[in-house]
Amino acid sequence: MADLTQSLTAPAPPAGALRRLLRRKLALFGLAIIALVVGGAIFAPWIAPFAPDEQLFEGLTLFGEPMPPGGDFLMGTDLLGRDLFTRMLYGAQTSLLIGVVANGVALLIGTFVGVLAGFLRGWVGAVLMRFTDLMMAFPALLLAICLAAIFQPSLWIVAMVIALVNWVQTARVVYTETTSLSEREFIAAERTLGASRTRILFKHILPHLVPTLIVWGTLGISVTVLLEATLSFLGVGVQPPTPSWGNIIFENQTYFQAAPWLVFIPGAAILLLALAFNLVGDALRDVLDPTQRGND
Amino acid sequence: MTTAQSATAPSGAADPLLSVRDLTVTVKDRGIIRPLVADLSFELAAGETLAIAGESGSGKSITSLAIMGLLPNNVSVTSGQALLEGTDLPSLPERQMRAWRGARVAMIFQEPMTSLNPVHTIGSQMTEVIRAHEAVSIGAARAASIEALRKVRIPEPERRMKQYPHELSGGMRQRVMIAMALALRPSLLIADEPTTALDVTVQREVLELLRDLQKETGTAIILITHDMGVVAECADRVVVMRHGRMVETAPVNQLFSAPSHDYTRALLAAVPRLGTGARRAKPLPPVTNAPVAKLVNARVHFDIGANFFGRPTHRVHAVEGISFDIRPGETFGLVGESGCGKSTVAKSLAGLVPHQGHIEVDGQALTALTTQGKRDICRNIQMVFQDPMAALDPRMTVGEAVSEPLLIHGIGTAKERHACAAELFDRVGLTPEQMSRYPHEFSGGQRQRICVARALALKPKLIICDESVSALDVSVQSQVLQLLEELQRETDVSYLFISHDMAVVENVVDRLAVMYLGQIVEMGTRDQVFGDPRHSYTKRLLDAVPIPDPARKRQPYARPTTEIPSPIHRIGTPPDRLKLHNVGDGHFVADDH
Repeated sequence: MADLTQSLTAPAPPAGALRRLLRRKLALFGLAIIALVVGGAIFAPWIAPFAPDEQLFEGLTLFGEPMPPGGDFLMGTDLLGRDLFTRMLYGAQTSLLIGVVANGVALLIGTFVGVLAGFLRGWVGAVLMRFTDLMMAFPALLLAICLAAIFQPSLWIVAMVIALVNWVQTARVVYTETTSLSEREFIAAERTLGASRTRILFKHILPHLVPTLIVWGTLGISVTVLLEATLSFLGVGVQPPTPSWGNIIFENQTYFQAAPWLVFIPGAAILLLALAFNLVGDALRDVLDPTQRGND
Repeated sequence: MTTAQSATAPSGAADPLLSVRDLTVTVKDRGIIRPLVADLSFELAAGETLAIAGESGSGKSITSLAIMGLLPNNVSVTSGQALLEGTDLPSLPERQMRAWRGARVAMIFQEPMTSLNPVHTIGSQMTEVIRAHEAVSIGAARAASIEALRKVRIPEPERRMKQYPHELSGGMRQRVMIAMALALRPSLLIADEPTTALDVTVQREVLELLRDLQKETGTAIILITHDMGVVAECADRVVVMRHGRMVETAPVNQLFSAPSHDYTRALLAAVPRLGTGARRAKPLPPVTNAPVAKLVNARVHFDIGANFFGRPTHRVHAVEGISFDIRPGETFGLVGESGCGKSTVAKSLAGLVPHQGHIEVDGQALTALTTQGKRDICRNIQMVFQDPMAALDPRMTVGEAVSEPLLIHGIGTAKERHACAAELFDRVGLTPEQMSRYPHEFSGGQRQRICVARALALKPKLIICDESVSALDVSVQSQVLQLLEELQRETDVSYLFISHDMAVVENVVDRLAVMYLGQIVEMGTRDQVFGDPRHSYTKRLLDAVPIPDPARKRQPYARPTTEIPSPIHRIGTPPDRLKLHNVGDGHFVADDH
């Protein structure tokens, strides 16, 4: 493939694409939020005012109630008197890992299965797609619980479990797209030019799947973050006291009336992160599409 | 209600039925307002047929949509009027316009399959239209529908009412559309390219039907078409449009005999005509040379349907025993109507569909080839498709597309490939600077040039042109044809030229074969087949071609009464093979049934 990349008329250099991306206000907003969250997660040990599992004496009122946001505690404290801001920072590590890595792996598996089935068709395609259907029919949560119960629950295991149950939708969509793409006339034209199957696949089918993958990838982030929360709630996810945005919500949801910030803040964080990825993904899709050139 | 009175007034009244005055339609695209139709004015009397002719992008379809009030959201009528019986249609609110549409102004579209709802029967769609406008019972609407179907000469209308659109042939579907449009006796019928998607023989039937119905009902017709042949056959008056403006308007005879505008003259000159091919005569290439491609008893079958055990029950005999050869430097034509298997022949020759029988290219049998051999054979045989937009990868620059074949076959260094592509761009009339653009930035004709350049990159011995000029405007079409001819003179490449358009074929081919239901019915040189057609199907095909000459009156067309037979047969009962007889000097004709 080496000579493909340096082929004569290189399509728009990446620098140009980045510049066009940065020219979009919404994309810039999304990028800023992502940078904020990533920065917070990486530098958590230095930024965080307390330790994530430290139960502070002054973190609870005299009646043992959590402290609302303000004063020493930027986002208030939780039921055990732990600083919520600290836990949000450390939780970002977990949630980003799940949202980006687990979701990314799911996307990769789904794309691989979908493209293979759609491109090869025949019995290979039939077997792959029937397996996908089987996975789809199987309750994802039940499967996740089984898998998590077999392995010792840890962050990486949870990420893997989520990847293993979340690839099916992507595979379905990619399969449909690939089959319709391979029916297109320019693929027939490539075949008459004598192009090999790998060339058709990598040079002419995969680039057309990018927009779909971007949309599915960004939509998947919020889904996986919430799935992790569900697993944590059921006790098979990330184990306490390790914080994640999802399990902060689930730990505190019963006290929603008394301490709404404990649910609102992590909820808003998940929403914002998902939104940010969506905005960037959308912009990226338009920027990378040569047929949209000049529309921005 | 003055409109109601004038509707019942006898046709031929002094007042025009439709009067379009200074109509301007604009599109708002990303904040920029561009005119699509500018200051268009024309009038149409009751019972008259007005043709609006023009090439793509001339604004002819937008004009009809403006009259119907069916403009897309970002397009609007900014000034001017379209008065039908005194009422300005574009300014009517949508609620009132709905009452007019169908009842007073009706429209038929190009593609009859997409204009009919596939999940409803013909009957339910027709009765729905009638009952939407008239308060009648279902029974009365049904009776009216059957009557309308009978009027458009659909056999067994009662049975058709229960059928779904996919069960009817293309011509039949278009007739249903006409029946639907005329069921409510509108005073104006707009036909937007009504026969463009149909075969020539069917086109002829539909056009004659429209003419007869007009005589009967006195409906005025606006016929929108790019085909000057259709204009000559049907229209009373013509409006020629270009870039959203009217170039010329004249009675049909005058327009064809003495066009006053340069554009009209150029347009008429570009129209391919039957009978002009002979003046291009060049000596036929010698027969002694080894053929570039040779087909002996080639067959392509597709199995369809499934019985209880999953075995196919029927077989499509798309190509059934075709034999011909293409000599170096010649253009071999393959003509026939849709579904006759001509494209399948091309695909099997290009290795896109598996075939039986013997096909050899440059002396090598296709079936005996290894994977590497298959790739090598591509250097000798290339294909130019019908729709250049679909045949180019939209995410690849055209420069990459043209140099890609060289890359695939590992020819030259990156620099040499670039230089070669630049040379090809030059050769097909584009500039090398355009190489870094994407396909959507070009016009249809330019895109087809790019496809031709790509096909030339490997210096093949045979280029298959599968309807390569059918989707292009006539002026562009003649330029591309000229390019192909020049290239042949320079490089001695052979063409397999596949087309449904007899006039184009007559102008470009040296020899040709006429296909019908997967078999060849007649084959010979151009002069033999066009000058002395022997098979009844060839005669019928030639007879149906619209002639761009309104003065020429033709014999009424003998309508075939039966449905078109299909190439689908039960497995185990293959179709009868036609025997070709040599009637002299390489002119082969099949038995006539």
